[in-house]
Amino acid sequence: MRPHERQPSYTVAFAAALIDPERETPAIVAGPAGKGAVRRYNVYRNNVTVSLIDALAAVYPAVQRITGVDFFRAMARFHIRATPPTSPLLFEYGRDFPAFIERYEHARPMPWLADTARLERAWLDAYHAEDAAPLSAETLAAVAPERLADLVFITHPATRIVQSPFSVVTIFAANRSGEKAGRIDASSPEDALITRPDLDVVVRHLPPGGAVFLLNLMTGQSLGEAAATALQASPAFDLAANIAGLIGAGAFAAIAFGDA
Amino acid sequence: MNAVMKPAPAATMPLRFPALPIGGLAGTSFKHAHLAAILVDGAQRGFFEVHAENYMGAGGPPHRALEAIRCDHPLSLHGVCMSIGGERPLDQAHLKRFKYLVERYQPALVSEHLAWSTHENTYFNDLLPLPYTAATLTRVCDHIDEVQQAIGRPLLLENPSTYVSFRESTMSETDFIRAIARRTGCGLLLDINNVFVSATNHGFSAREYLADFPLSHVGEIHLAGHAEQADDEGYPLLIDSHDGPVADAVWRLYEIVIAQCGPIPTLVEWDSQIPDWPILKAEAAAAQAILDCCRTVVEDRHAAA
Repeated sequence: MRPHERQPSYTVAFAAALIDPERETPAIVAGPAGKGAVRRYNVYRNNVTVSLIDALAAVYPAVQRITGVDFFRAMARFHIRATPPTSPLLFEYGRDFPAFIERYEHARPMPWLADTARLERAWLDAYHAEDAAPLSAETLAAVAPERLADLVFITHPATRIVQSPFSVVTIFAANRSGEKAGRIDASSPEDALITRPDLDVVVRHLPPGGAVFLLNLMTGQSLGEAAATALQASPAFDLAANIAGLIGAGAFAAIAFGDA
Repeated sequence: MNAVMKPAPAATMPLRFPALPIGGLAGTSFKHAHLAAILVDGAQRGFFEVHAENYMGAGGPPHRALEAIRCDHPLSLHGVCMSIGGERPLDQAHLKRFKYLVERYQPALVSEHLAWSTHENTYFNDLLPLPYTAATLTRVCDHIDEVQQAIGRPLLLENPSTYVSFRESTMSETDFIRAIARRTGCGLLLDINNVFVSATNHGFSAREYLADFPLSHVGEIHLAGHAEQADDEGYPLLIDSHDGPVADAVWRLYEIVIAQCGPIPTLVEWDSQIPDWPILKAEAAAAQAILDCCRTVVEDRHAAA
């Protein structure tokens, strides 16, 4: 073969129809002794689509429980065709699924569904995040009071925040437990803290101003600056309660001093 | 920023695991749902196999679980998506993750598939087939060389289960695999269920395939369950589904191979509709009995000589 000649590509021909039901069975494949290859090739189509729907269902079990299996699988099938995975690590798949749910016509009557998905995605990221010991209350208590305002918090690798105009923490909790979920008022805004201090992922409802406070700490603001911003955003912000809640949940890994 | 005040990191990661021998043992797929039951059993004779990709996250429960079983048992690290049979260069980030797992968990066996799963930028999450030609042989060998170079040890390559063949193929699967083993020095993972599934689907004899297979290179055997559908003509089309017990016909082929080759580490795969631990354990015990029986025969032969 001369260098400029390319071997016809079997992967191009084989891959083209895998997630496109409109396309015909690739002509490069065959059954034995002149037998047809339609059902044979369809085994691969089915394996790909079903396993990827299963992968999304594994990431988003609460969403599936809310919508029902048939609704979920139909929605997931559309998403897979539009946005197949690019990484072989399936626990990374589906990052675009919440945004897809937001645009999905049949999901419009459930405006809180996309944020519920965002919370589930954050849950799985926390599950697989790097391990680290959480910051203890004792370590924080040892800091001299006059240095507290300059303190900088290093968040735990598992820590995530999901802010929502809907009751996502309540919806998530009700649909990830084995128990029957009753009627939920979805209309009260809830911000979620997701982290994993040890083996178990923790999901907490953040108090008023809590999400702004933690987000600012995560960007490297000092305790003093972050508290001032949070108070501005939410007059009900309670610094002591927020710090205690975040430490208790295991949201931080360490403390340091800014510019000191 | 000055001194970071940080407690000691969660020191859970063992630096070394015992080098446990895997010769002549039967094992099972390791499923997290079985972890508690396995830990209650304590150290058992046997090994576990994991899909490498499930342990490519940074931390968390998957690694804790794998550390826990690896402390007491030999491990087989089974890669599912290196795309060795693909046309594109290997994914370097993926190869690096794979190498890291080999270093971290010190598995007794390391294996991958004669298949591909990624094309352009899409990962299809299935073991897709390839034509057997001089060109694909060269590329597969280059990919195996690259993996073996990266991990610093031989890889076991698994024969596929297939539903279609390629018009452009010029070699038989056994010739193709034999050539790979000869050129790259890799070992082979003989999946006997795959042989049975492909033989049925393509209308060849599983026994003839095994007679032609380079058995001296086999370092591990896989057994698994399959499902049955129908092809375009209404004849049986077997699906490599890993969702049930090993079929009787596959057990018979296994006995033939073990009688011929002696005990080879053997894994019972079960990846979907996963049963309770005692059921999977019993499947492995059935394989272990065949391995032990063969060992006795071999020892008797030596004693008689």
